Amino acid sequence: MLAFTLRRAIQAVGVMVAVGIIAFSMFRFAGDPVSQMVSIDTSGAEREAIRKTLGLDDPVIVQFGRYINNAARFRFGTSYQFRQPVTNLLMERMPATLELAICATIFAMVFGILMGVYSALRRDTWLAHLFQAISLIGISLPTFLIGILLIYLFSVTLGWLPSFGRGEVVRIGWWTTGLLTLSGLKALIMPSITLGLFQMTLIMRLVRAEMLEVMRTDYIRFARARGLTTRAIHFGHALRNTLVPVITVAGLQFGSVIAFAIITETVFQWPGMGLLFVQAVQNVDIPIMAAYLMMVSLIFVTINFVVDILYTIVDPRLRSTVSRAH
Amino acid sequence: MTEPVLSVRNLQVEFASRRGTLRAIDGVSFDIAKGEVLGVVGESGAGKSVTGLSVIGLIDPPGRIAGGEIYLAGRRIDNLPPEEMRRVRGKRIGMIFQDPLTSLNPLYRIGDQIVETIRTHLNLSEQAARRRAIDLLAEVGIPAPEKRIDGYPHEFSGGMRQRVVIALAICAEPELIIADEPTTALDVSVQAQIISLIKRLGRDHGTAVMLVTHDMGVIAETSDRVAVMYAGRVAEIGPVQDVVKNPLHPYAKGLMGAIPTLAGDDKRLVQIPGSMPRLSAIPRGCSFNPRCAFAFDRCRVERPEPLARGAQSVACHLYDSVPAESAA
Repeated sequence: MLAFTLRRAIQAVGVMVAVGIIAFSMFRFAGDPVSQMVSIDTSGAEREAIRKTLGLDDPVIVQFGRYINNAARFRFGTSYQFRQPVTNLLMERMPATLELAICATIFAMVFGILMGVYSALRRDTWLAHLFQAISLIGISLPTFLIGILLIYLFSVTLGWLPSFGRGEVVRIGWWTTGLLTLSGLKALIMPSITLGLFQMTLIMRLVRAEMLEVMRTDYIRFARARGLTTRAIHFGHALRNTLVPVITVAGLQFGSVIAFAIITETVFQWPGMGLLFVQAVQNVDIPIMAAYLMMVSLIFVTINFVVDILYTIVDPRLRSTVSRAH
Repeated sequence: MTEPVLSVRNLQVEFASRRGTLRAIDGVSFDIAKGEVLGVVGESGAGKSVTGLSVIGLIDPPGRIAGGEIYLAGRRIDNLPPEEMRRVRGKRIGMIFQDPLTSLNPLYRIGDQIVETIRTHLNLSEQAARRRAIDLLAEVGIPAPEKRIDGYPHEFSGGMRQRVVIALAICAEPELIIADEPTTALDVSVQAQIISLIKRLGRDHGTAVMLVTHDMGVIAETSDRVAVMYAGRVAEIGPVQDVVKNPLHPYAKGLMGAIPTLAGDDKRLVQIPGSMPRLSAIPRGCSFNPRCAFAFDRCRVERPEPLARGAQSVACHLYDSVPAESAA
């Protein structure tokens, strides 16, 4: 088990170094950063001086080493447009994105699993057909359109929910949260649904398919022959066996929820990392783009790692294969 | 004569399919007495498993019991509401399936699965149920049960898993055990152990056993009586010694002729020509008539009803003309 964990950790570090290379190469492909920072009338000598202080005349390998070394300590340089450390900018906005992503994932998991289980067990009811129809909409409509439709309905027409922003936030240490105020919670509803809808339909379809599959297995038939109650069979046996693949997908999807947040945050002007990234792209603010890339990859890699470990907790068969593989 | 534990009367099971209704079981009747082992043999598709599943009420749609009655200790059970039938399953009828590798939920410790079943049917505390589970595991021959109870299914071999499955089937002291090909998926060396275990449990607890198999050797070794099924009907039923030594029905004769003996006389084994008809194309009259060497005109028109011949009962027109020996 320890060897397994260690091996996975080393793989994770490898992936992060690879991402670092890509992030670093962005600096070199997106034009001369010095010309982004200075105005047209800056002299050549001044440009050279800036280049020297930033270390841009060092060999590429040295620059890369410095970049990785800094990145490992969460130092990503200074934003061109804000003239502030990128790390501070990201940290400031991370709570907004994480809160949104977590709410969206919880929404997706709860409704996805409930709807999936229902439509698997009551396959031919009208409600199950309705869920299937909803899932088709959720899977095919683009995120921004859903966001705009929600804004049109609940903000413009009904005026129930705010159309943009986080509402009032409360500061706890460096973390800002919108979960403790009414306006913050209200502001969370629509972005969470918009962001989570795709995941919800994905989970629902997965749960439905897996559940139907599991219900056909011999151990479910044997569980029925043992006279267990329908509830114990459905929720004790079938659902738990269904959850193994669901955990993987939901876990891996959490990474894309954060990545997809770019669109949702833009639609709702949500002050998170995604919005920062979009602004950075518009202004060719490479340090922010590179740092964002690294952050999202780090989150992906971490989640993958956690999902691998979680697997072994849910499925005992993996535990022994894992320890046998020493 | 005491009441039989299980009494099946003229059972009919149908499967609705796109090309019309298929009758998988057509007028099957048999009894199993307390402590008796009834072997049910036949080729694949003869309706052995479906008969077992209808008794326990687990025929999945589109299949359904279309007619006949099933009595458990004198009480009709084929028309019980689902919730009452659930209480019968596992409590009064235990079931053993063919493949022990897939019969257990891989995510739960075997002890948890046994305790869960015990507590579903008997009013026992967690501790009492666990003690009972350990006793059961010991009874079915699992070494160090107090340790193995916390094992997961994948940590057991096939034979050991089938023992766990048997422990699960008998955990609420059922009156009847239905064993559906319990040894087919096992090694030959393990088969004998499982068979003698089922036999011993049936004897010790007075449990009636319905043993479904296509293995005549298993039947000869275990059963008190045997029912030979063909195309959804019982061709012949009777005490195992009589049916094996003196089969009456031409199909049963063919089956017995196909058993190799250890004596090893170099005779070729007899083969029944042809194969069993598909459910969609069961011939008129006796369903065996196209393969039967003795078939005459009546067999092609009229369906034979079971006739008593001594302790045996046979559904064949050959015996209709001859007066029964035991007839008074």
